[in-house]
Amino acid sequence: MQGLFADYAADPGVFCEMRDAALANGADARACFERLDRLSLEELRARAREAESQLYDLGVTFTVYSERTAIDRILPFDVIPRVIPAAEWAVIEAGVRQRVRTLNAFLADVYGPGRVLADGIVPADLVRSNPHFRALVEGFRPPHGSWVNICGVDLVRGPDGRFLVLEDNARTPSGVSYVVENRHLMQRSFADIMRDLPIRPVSDYGRRLHEALCEMAPEGVLDPQVVLLSPGVFNSAYFEHVFLAREMGVPLVEGRDLVVEDDRVYMRTIAGLERVDVVYRRVDDDFLDPEAFRPDSLLGVPGIVRALKSGTVAIANAIGTGVADDKAVYAYVPRLVRYYLDEEPILPNVETHICREPEALRYTLAHLDRLVVKPVGASGGYGITIGTRASKEELEACRARLLERPEEWIAQPVVELSEAPTLVEEGIAPRRVDLRPFVITGKASWVLPGGLTRVALRQGSLVVNSSQGGGSKDTWVLAERRFAAGRPAGPGGRP
Amino acid sequence: MSRLLARWAECTFWLARYVERAENLARILEVQEVFARDLRGSADWKVVLDINADTERFLAAHPEGATADAVLRFYLVDRDNPTSILCDLRAARENARQLRPLISTELWTHLNVFYNRVAALLPAEVGEHRLARLCAMIKEGCQTHAGIAAGTLYRDEAWSFAQLGAAIERADQTTRLLDAKLLAFAAREDEEPGSAADAFYWMAVLRAAAGYQAFRRRHAHGLEPRQVATFLLCDASFPRSVAANLGIVSAELERLRRRYRLRRAAEVLERVEGLTTLLEPRPLEKVMAREQGLHELADALQRGLATVALDLAERFFGWAPMPTEGRPTAGPAQGQTTAGPASG
Repeated sequence: MQGLFADYAADPGVFCEMRDAALANGADARACFERLDRLSLEELRARAREAESQLYDLGVTFTVYSERTAIDRILPFDVIPRVIPAAEWAVIEAGVRQRVRTLNAFLADVYGPGRVLADGIVPADLVRSNPHFRALVEGFRPPHGSWVNICGVDLVRGPDGRFLVLEDNARTPSGVSYVVENRHLMQRSFADIMRDLPIRPVSDYGRRLHEALCEMAPEGVLDPQVVLLSPGVFNSAYFEHVFLAREMGVPLVEGRDLVVEDDRVYMRTIAGLERVDVVYRRVDDDFLDPEAFRPDSLLGVPGIVRALKSGTVAIANAIGTGVADDKAVYAYVPRLVRYYLDEEPILPNVETHICREPEALRYTLAHLDRLVVKPVGASGGYGITIGTRASKEELEACRARLLERPEEWIAQPVVELSEAPTLVEEGIAPRRVDLRPFVITGKASWVLPGGLTRVALRQGSLVVNSSQGGGSKDTWVLAERRFAAGRPAGPGGRP
Repeated sequence: MSRLLARWAECTFWLARYVERAENLARILEVQEVFARDLRGSADWKVVLDINADTERFLAAHPEGATADAVLRFYLVDRDNPTSILCDLRAARENARQLRPLISTELWTHLNVFYNRVAALLPAEVGEHRLARLCAMIKEGCQTHAGIAAGTLYRDEAWSFAQLGAAIERADQTTRLLDAKLLAFAAREDEEPGSAADAFYWMAVLRAAAGYQAFRRRHAHGLEPRQVATFLLCDASFPRSVAANLGIVSAELERLRRRYRLRRAAEVLERVEGLTTLLEPRPLEKVMAREQGLHELADALQRGLATVALDLAERFFGWAPMPTEGRPTAGPAQGQTTAGPASG
């Protein structure tokens, strides 16, 4: 690289998405960066500013709960894309599909016969006393066995270049709107760079999601009315709810727009009440129905669980999926892959110590300064202690919390996340990234050929969460070129 | 396609209303500025407070009194004054935010940019000397909104509710513009009705309503107060007249009733017809003959329009319990069929 990236220095001992993945993986992936390399830093900055002002005008927003006065905040966008070569994507795609199949099988089991608990694969109390376990859906059987209709699997890449699963988001994963919106921004500002590159499109998401949701409709409903249930404009992901409702062409409703009568869900329209068949909810279980869960919830729909149980409505994701993406259950997923599918996990877990187990707790306490300690059942990067970077006081506080309630924590080794060239104040520098692909499942699973690449904008930081000052990048998943050898024909297809 | 959500109908109605309100407030400030500049300084700024019934609130926050700059800041950029243009635009934007799935990205983006521009105004930029430019900027922003809406909004029920909101607000504001003139003039004991100063005020009112040229097409000569008042109230061809806007309200209600089978629109229509009769030549003549007649008429119209808005809220925005018979209405939007009993 002689131009834009001439001074870019990847960190030793860290996997670099440009140097070690893109530049080493075929002509197309290389071409992405070679073209960018021809730009000057000034040109890149000018285009970045242009993209930023578009974001500002669009009001693409992210709410941070601690900033109460500001509804709007722009999620920082980095214009240097993250490129995933076709061969790597094939592994990711197969891996996340396998993951979702496993989670669905697990959920059907724990809310059904409970074989996995009886066989001692997962401790029964870990599931049954889990705060996300919902006894009221025991015996529930969603169409096609699909509990997790929308899944966002967080992947990271270690120094050896292997993708690892960091977290399964099986409740109400967000971020897909940024995937599509980031692509729009890039297409506007970098059309010349992208021309003729085999970048797989991400614009299909809304249609695919709507199809899958329709497949979840109660039996006999021919033309299902789908709605998206949002907590409202103050929710951090409201922008995304708008985006998805628009893409699907369905009403974006709030709890107050829905009403349950005779165990059926209706929405309040100008002509009176109208039937609703499928609810894509972006409201957590706890707030979904004050009759069934938190009675003080104003966001939910009283009686919607009754409607669900009488089979008049579908709710996606299903109630109770939180038990499958819990950080404590996460540790068992590789074993669950083998148990349910009789396959080896395609994407391994990050090594995980479950502090409720005495052995693991002892190990964790002994290696505190080398581990990341995470609360189970929480999300968003709050309460995490990164041992290698924590002060003495922070480590002691962490130790005290662990001893007091070990079952609330897991510990993992610090994964030196891979890094990618990122435009920062000083120029172009390596910053850590992760990847969240999205899997949609109705009758079958479909994986969006793209994903949310989050980037930790602070130098050296390993926390990519947007609530902690992270930004995002466009993710270019490359297609296999047509002339690539050995492309298999589809079923019944002619070569 | 599904039926329009009650909440969305309400948001569309108020989105249009708030933008229209901001535009009209800019017009009123502009005309007041003309009065104030030409004659006696700051006395007239109280009038704007009176028309909007804001005097008490204003004086509580500004004990020093209604100076030009204080009133202008109060109405342009005061975040704590719910009737300021900034707050109108913020309310418009919040309604638009709820409507994002329904409206075009262009409409949202414009409103977002427009609001941000007004919100970024510094107090120093909001002086009397810059008022004309600021008002022009605000009017243009509001008109651009209306233009994008006209060019991009899908013509379903939501369109009707947007039209209803804009028309009701505009009719209401035109009565307030008239009131502004009446009050301003009443405050000046030294001026006689029919004097040169009086004619000047009427001209300013017409200009604020962008109606001077239109008025001249109707009346080539003269500027009789009665002619101007009648023009602003009754001229069906003048887009800011009360009659023209009541016409829009009736037409949209009729559209909702016929095309979208919203039977309850007929009930609201009746009330609007009652208001329209106030503007017929004979009752109007009687009104004009009384000393306070015009002011009373403006008042009656304002109250009537408020009731119409309440009627809409109760029938369509879900303020009152939903009619159960409305459930399986056979409207054009009724696309969904449920075959067979729902299984458990």
